[in-house]
Amino acid sequence: MSFDTKGAARLALIGLAVASLAACTSRPKPAGPAEPVAPQQPAPERPYTPTTPAPDPTPQGPLPGTIQDFVVNVGDRVYFDTDEYTVRADAQPLLAGQAQWLNRYSSVKVRIEGNADERGTREYNLALGARRANAVREFLVGQGVAASRIETISFGKERPLDPGTDETAWAKNRNARTAITDGAR
Amino acid sequence: MTASAPAQSVKRRLATPLLAMSLALAGFGAIAALPGVAAAQIEIDIDKGAVKPMPVAIPAFAGAQRGADIAQVISGNLERSGLFQPLNVGGVTDKLTDVNVQPRFPDWQATGAQALINGQVTVGADGSLRVDFRLWDTFSQQQLLGLQFTSTAENWRRVAHKISDAVYERLTGEKGYFDTRVAFVAESGPKLARVKRLGIMDQDGANPQYITDGSSIVMTPRFSATSQELTYMALRPTGSSIYLLNLQTNRQETVGRFPGMVFAPRFSPDGKKVAFSVEKGGNSDIYVLDLRTRQSTRITTDPAIDTSPSFSPDGSKIVFNSDRGGQAQLYVMNADGSGVRRISYGGGRYTTPVWSPRGDYIAFTKQTGGQFHIGVMATDGGGERLLTTSYLDEGPTWAPNGRVLMFFREGSAGNPRLWTVDITGRILRPAAYPGAASDPAWSPLLD
Repeated sequence: MSFDTKGAARLALIGLAVASLAACTSRPKPAGPAEPVAPQQPAPERPYTPTTPAPDPTPQGPLPGTIQDFVVNVGDRVYFDTDEYTVRADAQPLLAGQAQWLNRYSSVKVRIEGNADERGTREYNLALGARRANAVREFLVGQGVAASRIETISFGKERPLDPGTDETAWAKNRNARTAITDGAR
Repeated sequence: MTASAPAQSVKRRLATPLLAMSLALAGFGAIAALPGVAAAQIEIDIDKGAVKPMPVAIPAFAGAQRGADIAQVISGNLERSGLFQPLNVGGVTDKLTDVNVQPRFPDWQATGAQALINGQVTVGADGSLRVDFRLWDTFSQQQLLGLQFTSTAENWRRVAHKISDAVYERLTGEKGYFDTRVAFVAESGPKLARVKRLGIMDQDGANPQYITDGSSIVMTPRFSATSQELTYMALRPTGSSIYLLNLQTNRQETVGRFPGMVFAPRFSPDGKKVAFSVEKGGNSDIYVLDLRTRQSTRITTDPAIDTSPSFSPDGSKIVFNSDRGGQAQLYVMNADGSGVRRISYGGGRYTTPVWSPRGDYIAFTKQTGGQFHIGVMATDGGGERLLTTSYLDEGPTWAPNGRVLMFFREGSAGNPRLWTVDITGRILRPAAYPGAASDPAWSPLLD
């Protein structure tokens, strides 16, 4: 690699441009007469280019496409009725939001974790949690998310959110969580 | 079922039960049976749940080594059964220094003991122990049992368990269950970050060992019929596995890969198959794996939850729970999946059915009225009886005699504990394990 140090230093400021330029310089020169290559403009489309070293922008919540963005702005968990696994009407907007987000960030992969409250036996609750995880999976697939991006698992009653022993706690513990496993920014 | 009439079996001559007690595999030596004696004058009807336990005297065995320890282990076993009340007999003047000399019966009658267990420990030239013991009816002044065990010095606890089993069988007409082990899940940490390790211990809580390190959530260990193998389930965020662990070699294998989750494993009585649940696309069905051919066969196809399979002792049938009728109930089918019929019809939810090793009952967990119960019913679903009630009682496992169940109870504060209950429901007590534990599995009688 031999490009001038001044250029390299300048490019380093523009993260997105570096990769495409490097790819460009390492490409073997075409033999013989070649079409004139259009002059490569470094980083033709930059969403954000500080012209001067600017102070960090004030934080405006999680960056789009991050796990935090998904958890905070979309919501990663929906809740179920006792011994039920159909997606409740009040959970559908949240799951629709999950599908939308996943359709926007199409390299993201998720694992849906089904959970049950402690008012059931261990093995039955594993099966129940699996049903819940699958219900969420089917909802997302119905909204256009590729099935290959979604895996499911059940934790049964092994992963409670709330240690309490009343209906409030149990209601929290009957849920399915969509966990991002790969591809987030 | 056979031997259901205790009064009859109590009258058996001594030779019969003693011959059954082969100790060869456990490093024990031969047994010598003393001549049999007249029929017992005392007996316990276990099916009545012994409203009043029988007072027994179990003084320290004579001899140089382990005499007091052995008597103590026997006392603990008999006391925990709820059928016996070992008395404090330290002050009795008859010191029983020679097992071949008859006790001074008036001394023992004065304690109120109906039975006396005494013995003597002799150390062989190679350090092995020879333990002679006698069981006496103190009032009829008759010898009911006389046995001799030899073992290595470190196996003294098993000698005590075998003596306990012999006494229990002689006085109740039912097989004992003391020379057994219990696999379980040892729990630690707060409720929201519980650490679960596979544990195994003697039935009386002695010699606990921990087999897994807590890095995955382990659950539902079950013994094979030989007690040499365990099957259990391990859960990680990436999936679940069913393991088959050989306790002799520590070698472990899985039942194989399936597209979804696998859980709820249990051996067939002949140890040649494992039944378990496989989940695919949210639907759980029961599969049977032939351990020799490694072929697994799906035997239920209902879109309902089908899980917790348990074989009948002859291997011909499987009881399981399913919510195909709307909520979880118990069903019995042939071992190939044919002939499914529902056996539970009560209100509430029935789960975790376990077929008794004697074939006469099915134990289960039932949820009703916001409470959990351990119960038993006949194998056709008749005669349901609930034995326990609490915030959370779950997961019964049978003692090998089919007359006692162990399960776990978790109060509202968390911290599950192991408990035992007899099939009458009258004898309910904590099991002898001091820590938090769940998912007990009782082994068959050891060889």
